[in-house]
Amino acid sequence: MDLSSISPTLLVASLMVAATPILLASIGELIVEKSGVLNLGVEGMMIIGAIAGFAAAVGTGSPIIGFFCAALGGAALSLVFALLTQFFLSNQVATGLALTLFGLGLSALMGQSYIGIKPPASAKLDLPVISDIPILGPVLFSHDITVYVALALVAGVWWFLKYTRGGLILRAVGESHDAAHALGYKVVKVRIMAIMFGGACAGLGGAALSLVRVPQWTEGMTAGAGWIALAIVVFASWKPARVLLGAYLFGGVAVLQLNLQAAGVSIPVEYLSMSPYLITIIVLVVMSAHRNKAALNAPAALGRAFHASR
Amino acid sequence: MLRLEKRPNPSKTWAYMAPVLAVFATMIGGGIMFAVLGKDPFEAIRTIFYDPLFSEFAWYYRPQLLVKGAPLIMIAIGLSMGFRAGIWNIGAEGQYIIGAICGAGVALAVYPAQSAFIFPTMIIFGALGGFVWAMIPAILKTRFGTNEILVSLMLVYVAEQLLASMSLGLLKNPEGFGFPGSRNLQQYASAHNAELWTGTGIHMGVMFAFIAVVFAYVLLARHQMGFHIRLTGESPKAAKFSGVNPKRLVVYCLGFSGALAGLAGMFEVSGPSGQISIDFNVGYGFTAIIVAFLGRLHPIGILLAGLLMALTYIGGEIAQSSLGLPSAAIQAFQGMLLFFLLALDMLTNFKLKLANGGSHP
Repeated sequence: MDLSSISPTLLVASLMVAATPILLASIGELIVEKSGVLNLGVEGMMIIGAIAGFAAAVGTGSPIIGFFCAALGGAALSLVFALLTQFFLSNQVATGLALTLFGLGLSALMGQSYIGIKPPASAKLDLPVISDIPILGPVLFSHDITVYVALALVAGVWWFLKYTRGGLILRAVGESHDAAHALGYKVVKVRIMAIMFGGACAGLGGAALSLVRVPQWTEGMTAGAGWIALAIVVFASWKPARVLLGAYLFGGVAVLQLNLQAAGVSIPVEYLSMSPYLITIIVLVVMSAHRNKAALNAPAALGRAFHASR
Repeated sequence: MLRLEKRPNPSKTWAYMAPVLAVFATMIGGGIMFAVLGKDPFEAIRTIFYDPLFSEFAWYYRPQLLVKGAPLIMIAIGLSMGFRAGIWNIGAEGQYIIGAICGAGVALAVYPAQSAFIFPTMIIFGALGGFVWAMIPAILKTRFGTNEILVSLMLVYVAEQLLASMSLGLLKNPEGFGFPGSRNLQQYASAHNAELWTGTGIHMGVMFAFIAVVFAYVLLARHQMGFHIRLTGESPKAAKFSGVNPKRLVVYCLGFSGALAGLAGMFEVSGPSGQISIDFNVGYGFTAIIVAFLGRLHPIGILLAGLLMALTYIGGEIAQSSLGLPSAAIQAFQGMLLFFLLALDMLTNFKLKLANGGSHP
């Protein structure tokens, strides 16, 4: 065992990369839940994004097109969810589960000929001088572009929810769809847009996994990342800044356990690999123990179907 | 424009029709998917739904229907109880794994002793393993109000790691030439969950699945607990007034489904699968969710839905070897079935009405 081989600088730098897929997926799900819809299909949309992005990037040689297609794929799958829950008024929990099961199957189907291929490398930030500053350079200024896109997205969502009229409408729909409907807002339209935004973000998250983090395609490669993203939204009590904190925390755990595995700690690999899931559970418990605080912030209409009877 | 009008009571006819129509819609949708994959859709659908039952080799496939259907039915029966009451255990896959580890662990601990008590003890430990694993989300939910969906799901990944650790470490076959995986319980007479009648596919687990169906039916129709479950699902407020203890219901539903999933895992590891190995679990715990919904959360419906889903598994395997259809295609096919079912379900609760534009009441 050699713990000194773990460099804190590299640890922080790599946790930012490791957290990006979850961060993207959870900021998307935050918007979905803020509109009062609970989409449990994040895992399915993520993995569809992972393979769609991978296939497009390998096919065209351009990671940018890959990310674009990943967002498109995630949004397309989320549209199925939107159709079922908003027009066919199906149970959101069951539909989300169906989305995950279907996404896992379809992605494995699509990805058969892509196993073992290396995707084209996506662009990294490389500023002259600044990127070469010791410690700060690798931590802040020489990541893959997706890391910055995710951060910008978090800031954008925060600003949108807090300062724009659109954000206000979105929150109104999520708090009380009947009141929003009475005011003349198109509840279903707002929710469909929110669901598709969530799908696109989950798709991007999947592509960040298959094109940047791993980068490779393997069946079921999201391995619960989508579910962890859902947990982070709860952990963050529906606040964008806390989503960032949560995602980086989990990224940190994931990277640290990998580093400990590499350093040859005497804990068996399997138990280290469990740790992100166990920590997710612990965090969920801690958050729900202060029930009043977290629950107060949950969108009041979360998970309830809306049907305008008149 | 078509308009939806809520029915005063759910339609009985549509409740029966929706699953049947969903299966047909999936055949069409799946056929299109297979055509896109470059396979003859008619041949693919025939291979999946007809060949396992009536082809030349059906004598081999028919028993498989029970072997594959039993765990699905057993798990789905347990899940349906909770789903009815709005308690979402989606970690059955994990409870299935833990049940298998506990059941097999007992047998491997006493190996090579032979005794008539070994198998019953394994059954108890299998059920207990699944029960304990399901108690984690149950207690966290009742004590702290933690979301049981996320916790039970996270525990699937924990169970999978535990399974890997067991098959590489504690339960590894010492005479296995270093290969991962435990001893094969099929070669250990006292622990082997053998066919009860040769060539029928019926093992102890199949019997337990049937017992579970009957038990659930009686519970729901005749017992107070079943009444509480149905009441909570249909009207949580009314349930509160009639004195239902929601915490007890959570513990009960999760515990029951966990024990059944654990049992399913135990019967699988001691019978058809034979050993604890890294890839022991094949997703029965997740497919059982589809089975539960397809069967309308009703015991008899689940029995039929479980057999149908087993059929798609077997048909999928045949299609894999004879048509070169990828194995993942069946998973997508099953997911599609759930989509269609959920969509058609709307007709149970709503009436489609032709609205003459502009005349809103």
